[in-house]
Amino acid sequence: MSEPLVLGIETSCDETGIGIVRGRTLLSNTIASSMDEHARYGGVVPEVAARAHLEALQPAIDAALAEADVRLADLDAVAVTSGPGLAGALMVGVGAAKGLAVALDKPLYAVNHLVGHIAADILTPEAAPLEYPTIALLVSGGHTSLLHVRDLTTDVELLGETVDDAAGEAFDKVARLLSLPYPGGPEIDRAAVGGDPDAIRFPRGLSRASDLAKHRYDFSFSGLKTAVARWVERFEAENAAAGADARELPIADVAASFREAVVDVLVTKALNACADLGVPRLLLGGGVIANRRLREVALARAAEAGVTVRIPPLSLCTDNGAMIAALAAELIASGRPASTLGFGADSTLPVTEIQVAEAVPA
Amino acid sequence: MILAVDTSLGTAVALIDPDGTRRAEAATADPLGHAEVIGDLVRDVLRESGSDGITHVVAGMGPGPFTGLRIGIATARAFALGRAVPVVPVPSHMAAALTIQATVTGPFAVVTDARRREVAVTVFDGLDEDGIPRTISDTVLVRAADADEHLAGLRRVDVTTLSAVDLARVGARALAAGRTLAGEEPLYLRHPDVTLPGAPKKVGA
Ligand SMILES: [Zn+2]
Repeated sequence: MSEPLVLGIETSCDETGIGIVRGRTLLSNTIASSMDEHARYGGVVPEVAARAHLEALQPAIDAALAEADVRLADLDAVAVTSGPGLAGALMVGVGAAKGLAVALDKPLYAVNHLVGHIAADILTPEAAPLEYPTIALLVSGGHTSLLHVRDLTTDVELLGETVDDAAGEAFDKVARLLSLPYPGGPEIDRAAVGGDPDAIRFPRGLSRASDLAKHRYDFSFSGLKTAVARWVERFEAENAAAGADARELPIADVAASFREAVVDVLVTKALNACADLGVPRLLLGGGVIANRRLREVALARAAEAGVTVRIPPLSLCTDNGAMIAALAAELIASGRPASTLGFGADSTLPVTEIQVAEAVPA
Repeated sequence: MILAVDTSLGTAVALIDPDGTRRAEAATADPLGHAEVIGDLVRDVLRESGSDGITHVVAGMGPGPFTGLRIGIATARAFALGRAVPVVPVPSHMAAALTIQATVTGPFAVVTDARRREVAVTVFDGLDEDGIPRTISDTVLVRAADADEHLAGLRRVDVTTLSAVDLARVGARALAAGRTLAGEEPLYLRHPDVTLPGAPKKVGA
């Protein structure tokens, strides 16, 4: 079976993603997002997300089948995200995937969400095939991870990850601080237009020499968020004292400087990994890759360092089911057996577990 | 045949004939681990009685702890989608009531744990003309400590597991009578547990 037809189900956060692929060909990437429902809370609320997944799953599967113009009976396999992610949200997808696979009597592949982000890259037929090894930087509202990928289906290593907030969360929290709506990424971008990224020198988390010894590839954004809050408070206090001379908060400078601090630390650590490990390739993934400044800085500094950058289409960078289906299709193509049915949702699934509950061949 | 799936308490799966005859049944009483066991339980009942000829999937719609409850509903819906058959939503307490009324005369309350020191209570009395447990008062959440006072002497039956065979039977009787017993939405009985953000809190200089 060289070109398996696979339906992938992804429910690790606030997007209900159903993807259908035939081998490395994308047939449908259907996403129902509950983002609007989270907006009033200023962040993803797990119970709200899980409720929305249950409502969205069946219509999303129907829409994906229609778009791909295939029938469920045609599928060679079903794939699902087992983790990492929000446990209650993941479980909706796991339950659905098991129900579907058992009803159809098809093999089920339970896979790792983060490795799925890398697999998204193979769905870009116009690009040259993914070369190994590569460093991968995955940045979203749920995760900020730096990976060393020697082989998509057998050998992925975690180099580092955030020790507190994900980068996307930092954007959301700072946006709220600046009275901007959720989600924060695009709002910060808008506010930063015309701002000076060097106006305020915000801290680069875990970047001091002493931090680099222990956390060379780890990230921290909560200190940055606090630094922005302090800066804004101090400005307002000074302003209150200034009376008639009061100035308006330079939101564009604050937003641009904050964003620069995030982007700088992400790109610096990713390129450090490339240099340290002698890997001249960097793959970007995750929803925060939609941030144009991040892509610009990554491309410019990678070029200086002689590192080639790959960025899947943005519709495949955000959480989606197609990447989950794509990863399963690669596992199938390499002859791996399906998962047994006894797996659950693992909110902290390590990236080394590319496939969960892989059956032992008889 | 009718497949029934419920994860409002433990995990319960059963297959019956349209006349209510039990064909196969598999369950665990564990109030956790639904996601892990559900696939094997469904596959086991299909293996036991043959998997062709399923015409409907009955989904237990709760009440029950949300995270577990949703797993069974998701499984039931996806299975139904895979077989291109309809889902029949049934309140989970009705399955318990069908079991209980076989040995109890007169009104009684089905009481299940709703977490956070609350219980879910539904009052039933026998069967109606369609053979479906007659609901005297709809499901409400009551503080566990106040439950007896709330019931005011009514017979109380605490339930920790339920029969998916009886869930399927209630569904079969609803189908035969052309009745709908529950909506699309699970019986959550609580809003998502969230508070709206206030002004950002001060961090101090
Ligand atoms: Zn993701």
